[in-house]
Amino acid sequence: MVDLVFVLLSMLTVVSALIVAGNSNVIYSAVGLLFTFMGVAGLYVLASADFLAATQMLVYVGGILVLILFAVFLSNRISDSKLSNPTHMRVPSAIVCIALFGLMSHAAVNTEWAVKTGVEYAPTTAVLGRLLMTKYLLPFEVVSVLLLAALIGAALLSRPESGKAACKPDMEEGK
Amino acid sequence: MSLDKFLVVSAALFCCGLYTIMTRRNGVALLMGVELILNAANINFVAFSHYLGKVMGGQIFAVFVIVIAAAEAAVALSIFLRLFATAGSVEVDTADSLKN
Repeated sequence: MVDLVFVLLSMLTVVSALIVAGNSNVIYSAVGLLFTFMGVAGLYVLASADFLAATQMLVYVGGILVLILFAVFLSNRISDSKLSNPTHMRVPSAIVCIALFGLMSHAAVNTEWAVKTGVEYAPTTAVLGRLLMTKYLLPFEVVSVLLLAALIGAALLSRPESGKAACKPDMEEGK
Repeated sequence: MSLDKFLVVSAALFCCGLYTIMTRRNGVALLMGVELILNAANINFVAFSHYLGKVMGGQIFAVFVIVIAAAEAAVALSIFLRLFATAGSVEVDTADSLKN
């Protein structure tokens, strides 16, 4: 039963990732990305990462994907969105990617991983929270400052030109 | 369902992302490819964390990857919006005014 769910989730993930890679309409690519993120969240659950699955749904599907859709709508003329996303160098890229996939899956299947058997499923939220507040406290704080800086920078960058115009009189007064 | 199957799914996702990055010129589509690759890396982290005996470091690392991806998407998309306002398109080929 779990194996069947795993196969279905993998197919959902990979097929929608192929749609992202292959579709020439950038809006369809964004919708494919939505289903890829959902499939990846399901795979997290099967690998006993329940907190990460919820985070994936909240941050990726609720945040990043909405951001990407906004960028698509703001940066493409929707009427000619079929022309908005052409692909170049398809055949060489496909050859490289398929060869790389073959190499990576060959390595993954033929390596003797030091797998521990009998790992049971358990909630991870409490463990992760404790680790973030003890062993990984410094990276946690650094990454939160980084996120704050990035978001402030993004807000500043995407402000309309009127923001710059509002600054100019002040500078002229300074002169 | 075993470790190597997770790794094969992750490799497929990685190659889809790589193909997207190699073939597209649209900046937003490039960003989608980057997100696919980051997700592939995250699947690897989580799968190793589960199958190598509940080592929680992998899941912690995946959390950090998600945070970095959010920051990167916000900054990249605002840059592309600015590029669209100045150059009129988000094709990354058109952003060559420094060269010309």
